[in-house]
Order: sequence, then structure tokens, then C-alpha cells
Amino acid sequence: MRRVGIFASEIFNDVLNPVTMKRILILGAGTAGTMMANKLRKVLDRDEWEITIVDKHRTHYYQPGFLFIPFGIYNKQDVVKPKADFIPPGVKMVFSEVDKVEAEESKVRLADGSVLLYDYLIIATGTETRPDQTPGLVDKLWRKEIFDFYTVDGAVELQKFFKQWEGGKLVLAITELPYKCPVAPIEFVCLADAYFTEKGIRDKVDITFVTPLAGAFTKPIATKMLSELLAEKNIKVVPDFYLEKVDNEKKAIVSYDEQEIPFDVLTIVPMNMGNSVIERSGLGDDMNYVPTDKHTLRSEKYENIFVLGDAANLPTSKAGSVAHFAAEILFENLMSAIEGRPLMAKFDGHANCYIETGFGKGALIDFNYDTEPLPGTFPLPGIGPFGLLKNTKINHYGKVMFRWMYWHILLRGKELPIDPLMTMAGKKMIK
Amino acid sequence: MAEKNYAGKTVEVSDEGYFVNPADWNEEIAKEMAAEVGIELTDKHLEVLKYLREQFETGEALTIRKVGKSGIVDIKGLYQLFPGGPLKISSKLAGIPKPTSCV
Ligand SMILES: Cc1cc2nc3c(=O)[nH]c(=O)nc-3n(C[C@H](O)[C@H](O)[C@H](O)COP(=O)(O)OP(=O)(O)OC[C@H]3O[C@@H](n4cnc5c(N)ncnc54)[C@H](O)[C@@H]3O)c2cc1C
Repeated sequence: MRRVGIFASEIFNDVLNPVTMKRILILGAGTAGTMMANKLRKVLDRDEWEITIVDKHRTHYYQPGFLFIPFGIYNKQDVVKPKADFIPPGVKMVFSEVDKVEAEESKVRLADGSVLLYDYLIIATGTETRPDQTPGLVDKLWRKEIFDFYTVDGAVELQKFFKQWEGGKLVLAITELPYKCPVAPIEFVCLADAYFTEKGIRDKVDITFVTPLAGAFTKPIATKMLSELLAEKNIKVVPDFYLEKVDNEKKAIVSYDEQEIPFDVLTIVPMNMGNSVIERSGLGDDMNYVPTDKHTLRSEKYENIFVLGDAANLPTSKAGSVAHFAAEILFENLMSAIEGRPLMAKFDGHANCYIETGFGKGALIDFNYDTEPLPGTFPLPGIGPFGLLKNTKINHYGKVMFRWMYWHILLRGKELPIDPLMTMAGKKMIK
Repeated sequence: MAEKNYAGKTVEVSDEGYFVNPADWNEEIAKEMAAEVGIELTDKHLEVLKYLREQFETGEALTIRKVGKSGIVDIKGLYQLFPGGPLKISSKLAGIPKPTSCV
């Protein structure tokens, strides 16, 4: 990557180099960005294309693993690896905060003052939790009796709390939609049920699941299955609860229509928003997600910007599996754009999520923009079939295996034996 | 599907009572529908309904948060105007489909 501005020597180098390389710049080296860097480097000629990836952090977190930390199933060391380990040779990794994208001029300013130019930009800055957006959340009970398991620190603190807790009211509350990995909160309460049962104090723990949705999940058939599962486990569901604030004195969450739910310990899914660089760059909607063509994955505004992963405003789940399926489509379309062909590959919003339900079992849902999660079986050559919307042991192993696949296959941009577009094979039609 | 009569007009509604054709809507109809659920429509209510219809036209997904940022009412105000499920009730009265969240 050619840096201009303060590094005079690099400008000099550039002048000496008569061959002008074309440049792809990736913002964010999380799940999506890392995958893309690997895919692109394999294909693009090194003499022609420079690939650079920027991230502010050096540590890669396996975020799906955060779910297991509060229950002592994983610890911090099980979910971290150096980001640089996953960046292939021939891709330049820059560690810096991205300050601003100046899309009109196809350049990006970093916090250290340097400027990166690009021919194509891939935005993969993800989404992050913003507990500061809810009054009373980050206050005197924060990380004492209020925890978030969407960050590694929150998950670790909650593990310490649960170890010494003797029971009471455990409330899980979702603040706002959308939030990443929509099934994680359901998994959390299921695992809590199993954890306290195994500890022998389940009768002293009252578990309540609070959501702004009209039911346990978004789509009707999955909601029905998951509601039955939660009822079976004696987990209360409070739907249509739109959280306004936390009352630290009363130890209660309060909704906009003034319902109150008291807690002894609150696990919160804070508001999720795209990174502030999107806002500073004037590239986002009101939650800092980048308006993106849901089929081509190109920015709605700029022809040389593509968006992958949680940073996009796509009407599907914000999940690693979605980023993985989308990456194949984005890759094809980027190749077309480079070669001046129309963008033919169309993403269908495919998501595939294992739902850990406790006691060594799991469920699986598979859906896209148009088809809601349906029951049936999911064909996975060599391993499956997995039961869709069914609570089985093999689905649990699917989730356990996922961590290995994440580090070894997904991030390295290798193919999984799953089609990027959803298949109806094995699904049972209802209605 | 079902048919309903409002303000002398027959409109097609879904099983849950949402309009099938948003174009069937007018203010008179909205007033009668509101009365059915015990809401007396004020200008403020109508302003919200019109905003929802405009947003629906543009294809934007509607959220309570978005309405709260519209400058017409804040979220608390929206709950006061349409107690219970503000987005669902207001969408129904605005003659647009049931709001969906996209997982
Ligand atoms: C508790 C939990 C459980 C989950 N479970 C699952 C699951 O079971 N299955 C599944 O598929 N998905 C799951 N997910 C979701 C999955 O982890 C995310 O969807 C996925 O990581 C998204 O990838 P991304 O690259 O878009 O974002 P991220 O992986 O979050 O990466 C974004 C990167 O951008 C960087 N960045 C952002 N802004 C800047 C800036 N201004 N300057 C420099 N760098 C910046 C960040 O440092 C980060 O490294 C889970 C998530 C959580 C939190």
C-alpha cells in the first residue's frame, strides 16, 4: 500500500517504482476481513495487486466462544489468538485505528495521520456493543451485578460472579435490534439452566428472558420451537419489552411503557452499533451500518466499496456464518468489478446457526432472506445430517466443532462443504 | 385473508388485520380502526401514521427507534400514543403490513 502524507520516504519509493500496483484495502481484520484477505491473496497476482488490511487490535477473538466463558466451559485463553497468525504472506497488516474513509477520493485516513489510497475498499469493521446508549447501564452495578457476555471481559467477570452466586433472580435482557448472533441470548439462558442444575441450585435460580421481540425469536416456526424449549426448561419469557433504562437503586430494568422487572443479576445484550468510523465517514445509517445492496454486497453509494459481515445493513442475521457465505458472493462480484463485468453473483442472506441448548444438546437453524427457519434435516456431507429445529446431541457436536472450523477453515478463507446459497434439500415445508 | 368495512369502504386485510393494499388507506378509515382499539386519533397520531407510510414507501425497515428519532415523537411519546405494542398498532392503523424484524 502506498502511504502518502507524512512518510516522505515512501512517496519517494513510489516515485522510483514505475509499476503502479492496484490496491485493495480491507478495513477490519475480524472474521469477515480476515477471510477476505485470505481468499483474495490466493487469486490475485502479487505483481499486480497490493492487499492491505487494517485493524486497531492485535488480538483475534473467537466471539462465539464468549457464550461458554460464564459457565466455565471455556476460558479467555480458549478464545484468543494473534490476528497476525491468520493474515497470509503477501498481505500487508497495519495496526492502527481507522479514522475516516474519504470515499469521494478513494482514500482512508488512519489515526496515526497516514493516508492509504485504494482502488477497491472492503469495509469489514463489524458491530460492537454500546452499553453507554442505555441510561443506568454503565453505573454502580456494572460488572458487579450487571454483566455483558458479548465482550470477553464481561464474560470473564460473569464467570467469577456465577462461581460464588447462591441463587436469586437471573434476568437476561436484549436491549435493541439488531444485535449480532440472534440466538446467543437463547443459548445463554439454556446453558444457565444446565449450569445451575449441575450445581444443584436450579431451584433457587429464577431465569427470565426479556426481549423486545414479540416472542422468543423473530420468525414464527423457530419461535414456536424455541418457546417450547424454554418453557420445558422453566425459563420465563417476557416479550415486547422495550428497555429504556436500568434503575440501579431498585435493581430493576424499566421499559418505555414503565413496566419494571427486578433482578439480582442482569445479563444484558447492550445496543449493537457499527463502529464510529462509519459515522465519521458519513457512510452509515442511524445505527452506523453501511447501506449495502443485499444481493451484490456493494455499497449503495460507491461503486468501488464492498461491505462484508456485521458492518453491512443486510436484512439477515449478523453472524460469522453469514459473513462466510457472503464472502464467496462478494469475492465473485469483486472479481467481476475488477474485470469490468456486471455483478452477477447474488447473495440470498443465507444464515446457518447452531443453537447450544445445554446438557450436551443443540439445535440448528438454516434460513435466508425469504425462507424462515424450517424443521427437517440439514445435509452436511460426511458429518451430517443435522436435525433442523430439533434438540439433538449431534447438533451440539456441530457447535463444538465450529471452533476448530473457525480457526482452521473459516478464517483461512477455505471452502466449507456447505453451499453459500441456502438449499431446500431436507427441509420440511409447513403450511 | 379477510375483508373489513371501514368508512363505507371494503378493504382486504391479513388474518392479523393488517392492510393487504396500503393504497386502500385514508384518514377516515384510520379513525374508525383506531376507535375499534380505543384510540381517539389526534393530529399527532396522524403525523406518526403518515410518517410510517412514507417510510414504508421508501422500503425502509421500521423500528421503534427510528420513529423515536423522526422528530415527531420520542419513544416514550410513541408508547403513550399507541399503548401496548406501539409499532404493531401504529402500522396497522397506518394501513401498512406488519413490521417484521429480519433476524
Ligand atoms: C457471544 C457471541 C456469540 C456468537 N456466536 C456465533 C455463532 O455461534 N455463530 C456465528 O456464525 N456467529 C456468532 N457470533 C457472531 C460473529 O462472531 C460475528 O458475526 C462475526 O465475528 C462478524 O465478523 P465481522 O468481521 O463482521 O466483525 P468482527 O469479527 O467483529 O471484526 C471487526 C473488526 O474490525 C475492527 N475495527 C472496527 N472498527 C475499527 C476502526 N475504526 N479501526 C480499526 N479497526 C476497526 C475491530 O477491531 C474488529 O477486529 C457470535 C458473536 C458473539 C458476540
